Amino acid sequence: MIRLLLPPAALALLAVWPMMVSDYGLGLLIGAATYVTLASAWALFSGQTHYVSLATVAFYGTGAYAVAVLNEALPYPAVLLCAALAGAAMALAVGLSTLRLRGVYFVIFSFGLAELVRQLITWYEVNVTGTLGRYIFLDVTARGIYWQMLALGAATIALTAWINRSRLGMALRVIGDDEEVAAHSGINLARTKLAAFVLSAVILTLAGAITSPRYVYVEPSIVFNPTVSFLTVIMALLGGANRLWGPALGAVPLFLAFEWLSAHFPDTYPVLLGLLFIGVVFLVPQGILPAAERLMRRRAGA
Amino acid sequence: MLTTTLILGLVLGGTYALLALGLTLQYGIARIMNLAYGEFALAAAFLAVALFQGIGLSPLLSLPGIAAAGYGAGWLLYQVMMRPLVARSGGGGRLETDSILATFGLLFLLQGGLLLAFGADFTSISHLERGVDVFGVPVAANRLIAFAICVLAGGALVAALRFTRWGLAMRAVALAPGSAPLVGIDVNRVARQGFALGAALAATAGASISMYQTFSATGGVVFTMKALVIVIMGGVGNVPGALAAGFALGLIETFVATAIDPGLTLAATFALFLGVLLWRPQGLFGART
Repeated sequence: MIRLLLPPAALALLAVWPMMVSDYGLGLLIGAATYVTLASAWALFSGQTHYVSLATVAFYGTGAYAVAVLNEALPYPAVLLCAALAGAAMALAVGLSTLRLRGVYFVIFSFGLAELVRQLITWYEVNVTGTLGRYIFLDVTARGIYWQMLALGAATIALTAWINRSRLGMALRVIGDDEEVAAHSGINLARTKLAAFVLSAVILTLAGAITSPRYVYVEPSIVFNPTVSFLTVIMALLGGANRLWGPALGAVPLFLAFEWLSAHFPDTYPVLLGLLFIGVVFLVPQGILPAAERLMRRRAGA
Repeated sequence: MLTTTLILGLVLGGTYALLALGLTLQYGIARIMNLAYGEFALAAAFLAVALFQGIGLSPLLSLPGIAAAGYGAGWLLYQVMMRPLVARSGGGGRLETDSILATFGLLFLLQGGLLLAFGADFTSISHLERGVDVFGVPVAANRLIAFAICVLAGGALVAALRFTRWGLAMRAVALAPGSAPLVGIDVNRVARQGFALGAALAATAGASISMYQTFSATGGVVFTMKALVIVIMGGVGNVPGALAAGFALGLIETFVATAIDPGLTLAATFALFLGVLLWRPQGLFGART
């Protein structure tokens, strides 16, 4: 009973939190909610299947840029819908061409995808529309952004919980364990991977679309910042990418740590990030949550 | 017009081929998917520029030293960082994921180091830029030298892999790492040599690129991406394949840049990659598995 009541109660608390913080505090809340959403959405596909996607910012940036292009032409809900459709179309194109093959091709494709999209948009804006850089004038307050992001994050975690119990989640876990076994037990590999990847990509795109009014001025080089992909992966890995709450658990402390580091050590910040990432891969490859579970089990057994 | 595109494309392709050779060794022999590969080449390029501007040493003269330093750095990196991952994976499929993640972290570490040491500005030295006439097409001498370096290094590597005992061991590990110990090959040593040699080639490519191309500390991803596409196109671990695919990519890119738009070269790379994935995922010269 408590397990069922706890998440809604926590969500309600999180929803009223912005009423009692400063503007800076609200900015931190939005950032933390954004990274919880990004890391959870990333883990929705990559955590179970072990297909490492390095393309988070390709979708995030597409969402932000879609809002920048459409915000004056369409009502806000329609803009969000268009952004989600653009993200889904991109994920379908990438997934259809790479997910039928070995995992490493998918990784390579996702590795360059953000740079490709960035160059294509830049080329299109410079040569066709002649406007590089756009402004977003939307009547959305910072609190409004926070609530939307909170809702998206909660929806992502709820969706992950539901998928984990469904046939799709079962199929994803088998694929992650052994693709050959999965194929022999009658799982449609390509369709299963594609479904999870598109779902995850739509959430990433929506997250970019929702935060975009915070940027005010949007340019391809701003919204396609590779650090976003990097942070998302390390957060999900640290918490435990194949656990429901792992990505959220990794995202909050790391986001705060990165905020503090980038403010105090702006020059050495990327070096520290790289070291931290390598440290996570070597020391807690499965993430903190699974490691803690193992420790508890050993205690209980002893 | 066509001759110009052809010759400039071949010259550019030479650099790409050299860049891809190292990656195909690292991935084919050491089984490390190195996403920080472009940063390796960039570090060598910055080193060559610093030596040129600091003490006036021509990149041509510093190149052997930089290549040797690259070998040493690659050797050390394999020993310190990759070897534990290899040991942890126990020969399973986990190494691929682990090496991707670890080198992704390394990418940011090296990029941060380069930004710290050399700043975010674009750098170029335009060393030896005198034009040389090739079949009526003026080509900068530095590009021709880079091309010659590629042909020499690539040819030497192909010959060494095919005709020496050392090359035989390399090919054995690339083909069957599980069976190689049965015939007395120290797989760990061979993998380490393959990885270090790959790093040396990355450094050589970086130093020759520094002579004619403008580059910045954040541009490593594009180098890695192009090298990866060439490696896949040529067939993983296939040195002659990587050479041929490198030239092909150079030609296609020059053609797209002159006939359509220079801003679309990366798109051309990706289109080529997609074509290869859909048509022959094992590579143009790879064997069907």
